[in-house]
Amino acid sequence: MSVTEKAATVPATLAEFMALALAMENEAVERYSEFADTMETHNNREVAAMFRKMAGYEAKHAAQIMFEMNWTEAPAVPPGAMSWPGYEAPETVPSGDVHYLMQPWHALQLALAAEERAEQFFAQIASIATTESVRRAALELQAEEAEHVALVKEWLTKVPQPDRNWADDPDPPRYSD
Amino acid sequence: MNEVAPVAFTAASYKSDYKPIWCPGCGDFTVLSAITKAFAILQLQPHQVGVVSGIGCSSRIPAYTSCYGFHGVHGRALAAGTGLKVARPDLTVLVAGGDGDGFSIGGNHFMHACRRNVDMTYIVMDNHVYGMTKGQASPTTEPDWDNKLSPGGTGIRAFHPLVIALASGANFVARAFSGDPNGTAEIIAQGIRHPGFSFIEVLSPCVTFRPEQREWKSVVHPPPVEPTDDPARAARRIMTDDGFNIGVLYAGSRNPYPHYRSGKPKYTVEDLETEFEL
Repeated sequence: MSVTEKAATVPATLAEFMALALAMENEAVERYSEFADTMETHNNREVAAMFRKMAGYEAKHAAQIMFEMNWTEAPAVPPGAMSWPGYEAPETVPSGDVHYLMQPWHALQLALAAEERAEQFFAQIASIATTESVRRAALELQAEEAEHVALVKEWLTKVPQPDRNWADDPDPPRYSD
Repeated sequence: MNEVAPVAFTAASYKSDYKPIWCPGCGDFTVLSAITKAFAILQLQPHQVGVVSGIGCSSRIPAYTSCYGFHGVHGRALAAGTGLKVARPDLTVLVAGGDGDGFSIGGNHFMHACRRNVDMTYIVMDNHVYGMTKGQASPTTEPDWDNKLSPGGTGIRAFHPLVIALASGANFVARAFSGDPNGTAEIIAQGIRHPGFSFIEVLSPCVTFRPEQREWKSVVHPPPVEPTDDPARAARRIMTDDGFNIGVLYAGSRNPYPHYRSGKPKYTVEDLETEFEL
């Protein structure tokens, strides 16, 4: 089994499961916000705006979990207490997958992959849950992620696909080649 | 309902309001995240942590944390960190930088910091290149890395930081990967907890000058064996691995620099002020 192929750990209670789901959404907010900041720094404003929008969507999902659980304060889970199937939470886009010249189509592809991973994650939890409340909640969240997958796919039809030379920069930040 | 116990500090507690200006995709973003997560794992008070760096892209890190920070001169981060820890043993001192700063300009400090075994943690974000100065070969660059600045490669054997650290006396030697921020955070937390000098090489891709390093995510792997406290076994393991073993490779039992072994400084700040009084 490789580093990235760990099995998901089954939360014992609904509260633990929802804390996991909340942490997943919050990590996604953090990563999308970081991408938006860095794209602004590198003057890729269109993609920065798109990542900012995605951070907003994930923040709404997090708020929805808070509302459903009647939490006024997020349960602060110590880092390291969460166990994810990969290196990071399934909905978190890997930090290394962005490029300063990327276009909205690329950003949506990353979001699509993240939503698909989230859907698979909840499906896996639902299939191995040992309590009915966790299984039901996991199925609900899986269905929500499936909706997000469909929405991103629809969004992708509305943005132009980049040409093959999208990463070419006539004034690159390097002089070594 | 709240069955999950609250904690005082989260990773966000250790981040400053300054936004990193690294290139999008740079591994240093997640190393920063791992450092803040490690501090949160240990529930360190931000004002009880000193983050010290040298010069380079990765050496910007102190500004991005809310802890006390010192952005020092090139290659001298370990000297500054050592001074801080010896003067203030109550602080957690974390020194951070890159492979050029740490192994070339600061190479001598690196060896002697390992030898002194002062209780601090040194994180080197290793991308095998000088990124800030636009892509020159660094001490850890592969000898056959071909680019216009070193056509055909430098032909020089790459510096092996883990072997040097172990041979020089570091008490904790580990390798991590920036693409695994949670795993890296765990290793950093272990390094901070471990007494003495802890050295952690974090493979952190430079996506601008070494874009091929994006593939590191598919080649890193856990070490095949458990950490050892036997330096001879650790040396054999480190010298024969492929450079992509991720985890703690050596955790020794040398006593840290004895100046403050008792946990108390030998001199108070008042004593030192008296000494220097004109």
